[in-house]
Amino acid sequence: MISLLDIIGPVMVGPSSSHTAGACRIGLFARGLVGGQPESAEVELHGSFARTGTGHGTDRAIAGGLLGFFPDDERLRDSLELAEAAGLRLKFSNTKLRGEHHPNTTRITLRREEHQAVVTGASLGAGRIMINEIDGFAVEVNGALPTLVFVAQDVPGIVSAVTTALARQGENIATIKVSRRQKGGAAIHIYELDQSPSPETLGVIRALPAVSHLRALPRIA
Amino acid sequence: MFESLGELVERAEKDGISLGELGLRLEAEGGLRTRDEVERGLTRALAVMRGAVERGLPGDLRSVSGLVGGDAARLTRPVGPLAGTVFTEVLAAALAVQEVNAAMGVIVAAPTAGGAGVLPGVLLGIAKLRPVPDAVLVRALATAGLIGAVVAHRASLSGAEGGCQAETGAAAGMAAGAGVEMLGGSPTVAAHAVALTMQGTLGLVCDPLGGLVEVPCVYRNATGGAIALAGIEMALAGIRFPIPVDEVIDTMGEIGRTMDVRYRETAGGGLAATPTGRKLAKERLVQLRRKGE
Repeated sequence: MISLLDIIGPVMVGPSSSHTAGACRIGLFARGLVGGQPESAEVELHGSFARTGTGHGTDRAIAGGLLGFFPDDERLRDSLELAEAAGLRLKFSNTKLRGEHHPNTTRITLRREEHQAVVTGASLGAGRIMINEIDGFAVEVNGALPTLVFVAQDVPGIVSAVTTALARQGENIATIKVSRRQKGGAAIHIYELDQSPSPETLGVIRALPAVSHLRALPRIA
Repeated sequence: MFESLGELVERAEKDGISLGELGLRLEAEGGLRTRDEVERGLTRALAVMRGAVERGLPGDLRSVSGLVGGDAARLTRPVGPLAGTVFTEVLAAALAVQEVNAAMGVIVAAPTAGGAGVLPGVLLGIAKLRPVPDAVLVRALATAGLIGAVVAHRASLSGAEGGCQAETGAAAGMAAGAGVEMLGGSPTVAAHAVALTMQGTLGLVCDPLGGLVEVPCVYRNATGGAIALAGIEMALAGIRFPIPVDEVIDTMGEIGRTMDVRYRETAGGGLAATPTGRKLAKERLVQLRRKGE
């Protein structure tokens, strides 16, 4: 759902809402997937991101997002230098992603300690984003709400166990999306919540035998 | 929720409220954000817009590449036939915000950064000579947000997808509807102002030199504001555009989808591809790269 504040906003550092603010948010989302500041990130730029990214500061915006800066943070201007100082190794390249992709798309492969993630996201204009792929699973999520992401074996009862854990803490679910590559294979689960989940809830979900790669992402919009 | 401006106008007229008020109510009903949150967000947006106009008017800023800056200041001393009117105030404020944006300053994307000068230009430019309470300006921003949400749903707000008609064009439509409501016009009149404005920006290409949001973007925000003023003036005078506003918006989307990629923010066509455009971009980008080294 779109908010009036998605249109009259974001308040942001210029010059481009899709190439700067949206790119920053994709970086923020990617950071959330590894649970904090990555040590390295490979950033592939596709389409218009590849063609005009440098002039728009797309590289600086994604780097800033990976550092945890929001689109209105004036430090975005100096994020490449700040990343180096913070020990975040960055590699940028232009690419042509296979299949249909929005003109402003980036794929980020990042690592923090034992955590790693590959995320593909598009900047849709006006600072809005859509994450299209996480670790090879097709998804549709935009980070507008606190989000739970995990991988689960395709066995019955996962959704019910997770929703019960959330309900026990009075935590309300806005949307649930499950997608798998094939029947019987692992599926990615994405729960958008009205508030950030409590440590108790995360503990219960993490303890489910079929669940792996649990991540709780803060709201980035 | 924000799918048809025609239906939203009908509903606002039936309930006897403005489009801005309807937008605030619908968003609160939708539950993503409370009314208070949205009003606080719009109030902050208004403050940032004012700050950007003030920051840009003195004329001491230069863009990252050095291609633009200082032109808003020239319009604070206008000498043409429209000097002393709302018209030059709108042009100056729109230029000021866009010069701040090009200098990597803080602005409100409304709906995008590339079109960020139009809405504050029109609303604050008008308010300078016809002062209104802040509450009215905040409500007008809600009106603009509602119109923009419909454009996002039916067409696009991205220059890479739809050309400049989707950025400064959409911004001009939003500003026209918001300007009408700010001046006391009805939702129906506001919708005609949107249609009258956006018919004038159909087909507008996105052709920035070197891909930078500088030339012609800064100036196109000023002319976008001028077209919005034309839409406001015509609609308030009782002129009705024969094609319904939703169909005008759909047309913008259709033109955007079939627009050659050279005209969609890639710097491959239009002014960007002129001999001088290429030369300036090359010079400036070489300098940028040197700066980065």
